[in-house]
Amino acid sequence: MPESSVRLSVRKTYKLYVGGKFPRSESGRTYLVDGDNVSLASRKDARDAVVAARAAQPKWAGATAYNRGQVLYRVAEMLEARRAEFKALGVKGSEVDAAVDRWVWYAGWSDKIAQVAGGANPVAGPFFNISAPEPTGVVAVVAPPSLIGLVSVIAPAVVTGNTVVVVAGNPQAAVTLAEVFATSDVPGGVVNVLTGHAAEIAPWLASHDDVNAIDLSGVDDGDLATELERAAAGTLKRVLRPSSAPDWTADPGVGPMTALLETKTVWHPKGF
Amino acid sequence: MFEYAPAPESRSVVTIAPSYGLFIDGEFGEAKDTFKTINPADEEVLSEVALAGPEDVDRAVAAARRAFEGWSTLPGSERAKYLFRIARIIQERSRELAVLESLDNGKPIKESRDVDLPLVAAHFFYYAGWADKLKYAGFGPDPRPLGVAGQVIPWNFPLMMLAWKIAPALATGNTVVLKPAETTPLSALFFADICRQAELPPGVVNIVTGAGDTGRYLVEHPDVNKVAFTGSTEVGRAIARSVAGTGKKLTLELGGKAANIVFDDAPIDQAVEGIVNGIFFNQGHVCCAGSRLLVQESIAEELLASLKRRMSTLRVGDPLDKNTDVGAINSAAQLARITELSEIGATEGAERWSPECPLPDRGFWFAPTIFTGVTQAHRIAREEIFGPVLSVLTFRTPAEAIEKANNTPYGLSAGVWSEKGSRILAVADKLRAGVVWANTFNKFDPTSPFGGYKESGYGREGGRHGLEAYLA
Repeated sequence: MPESSVRLSVRKTYKLYVGGKFPRSESGRTYLVDGDNVSLASRKDARDAVVAARAAQPKWAGATAYNRGQVLYRVAEMLEARRAEFKALGVKGSEVDAAVDRWVWYAGWSDKIAQVAGGANPVAGPFFNISAPEPTGVVAVVAPPSLIGLVSVIAPAVVTGNTVVVVAGNPQAAVTLAEVFATSDVPGGVVNVLTGHAAEIAPWLASHDDVNAIDLSGVDDGDLATELERAAAGTLKRVLRPSSAPDWTADPGVGPMTALLETKTVWHPKGF
Repeated sequence: MFEYAPAPESRSVVTIAPSYGLFIDGEFGEAKDTFKTINPADEEVLSEVALAGPEDVDRAVAAARRAFEGWSTLPGSERAKYLFRIARIIQERSRELAVLESLDNGKPIKESRDVDLPLVAAHFFYYAGWADKLKYAGFGPDPRPLGVAGQVIPWNFPLMMLAWKIAPALATGNTVVLKPAETTPLSALFFADICRQAELPPGVVNIVTGAGDTGRYLVEHPDVNKVAFTGSTEVGRAIARSVAGTGKKLTLELGGKAANIVFDDAPIDQAVEGIVNGIFFNQGHVCCAGSRLLVQESIAEELLASLKRRMSTLRVGDPLDKNTDVGAINSAAQLARITELSEIGATEGAERWSPECPLPDRGFWFAPTIFTGVTQAHRIAREEIFGPVLSVLTFRTPAEAIEKANNTPYGLSAGVWSEKGSRILAVADKLRAGVVWANTFNKFDPTSPFGGYKESGYGREGGRHGLEAYLA
């Protein structure tokens, strides 16, 4: 067999990330993005992703905050290790740095947000009364295309114990980030990534009965965003829709986390 | 059992005018149309009230907009003093307001006097103190008001819901247009008078009375920046839909179908009091009412016997009698809904029981009722009845109790009864509800955030959390 002087590269198909696995779309559809084959997610894929996110949610929320922080920090380590892959996708080095740093920042919030967002309430009576934040549940995220935008919508959702179904803005970057999750001790189903068209998939997530919140940060089309907001009203989902294009490099504050938290207040009488 | 002699509270402490206009820009003015508000205990007309149309709502929003600049730039310490003044006047006039509330709403005077009015005054006191401390509330160094708040409130706690809406809105520098419920407009109109007494600047608070359409004009008004609604989940959905795409900030406090879980080690007598308070307080017209009793199978028989014995001592009747426990149903429409769902409960196979209970001939009344043998599929276990009707289900294990408690699209409140601390904390952790009462029920406090998970709405009222709804 003659030896070739040029090695033929092994191309990667960018597949979905659902329940900790990388399936193709059940529809069998793919599309080309900058020459890469990418799975084109369908309505059924979106529903499967919600099932996976729901299944993973109680255990992820039930993990200790310390444990979630450790897992998220591991994500930052793996992200750092894959710098070259993101750069090969055209992401600037400075943006990868910012994404890693953002992830580390959020990792540290896991065991602090409850103290910042909750606390004891001095009620006028002999009662123990405390308010504590809890994750809202399953969050659908229409992600912006940039890597820093992508981590800035996923991290605040999952750090507090939510699980997410992400509609990718930039398929290759999102699937590469999914590969980071898959190798970072993030339990399967905590983050699920769908590649395809937001206009096709997002309405099914917005109206889905088992989705608790939807983040519309990555929706450019104002009409689509309003349509999704209206669909979300059917089950009274929490809706995040920034009033203007977010500056992903700015200090996010606690807002992106608290928007996806519920406050639970527990009363108990005091007495001997 | 001893009989009580009648102990009626005097009506003479309150003077209700034959008619009321809209309160806009600090003045009462007429509207084209009017409607009557009645006493649900005897169907007597109490007053004729203005029905605000779109142009009236327009005027009210414009007045609130004009007032916004001055009110929002007033030093917080000055806003605080207005709210303290209002709180004080409410305390001074609390007997009058309590009687008024019982007349227009039908709730027992014991409750309007001892629960509603004290909480109303306390709510204004609490938020008054926040007005000049907002930068310490954790919403950034310079939190800003949103603008004009359109607020729509229900009929079950008319003045208390008004306080929950108006106090935080004003403390944060917003101005408001509030629409009270169609069947209970009077206490909001008396509150308008209190605003005048307090010399609150005109337009800071505007009260537009009317029905569903008036509320719709208000929440859909393009110059409203914030919408706050308490009421049914169905209307909440419609509001969320209509607000979509407008950028208005929305908070919703909607329906509930709370589980009240009683474990086999619970103190039975206390639990029975809690169950009775949970579902018969305010005739069950409570969004966080404990309308599903989940009782551990091993004690179900004993607990039900005790519950029935206790229900037999409930006094149903004249809301102004100081011994009355359960007053009138708020309206004919609500009575029809309670009656219909109760009939469906019986038709679907649950067993219905009410104590011997003579009901007055006039007015709207419904005897305290429990259904046993209820399954999770029954409509009376799934739908909010908003009346004195309790559905009883049983469970064997804590896991089953949690599963059943969470098996509802609602998530407003829940109750747990047990003597075992670790069990209470573990169960409270797993309940998907915004308020969990352990070994107590239906407790409220201005410092304690209130609001739901899931389809019970979003946002919190009360406490530091309650400020967020009104800040940018």
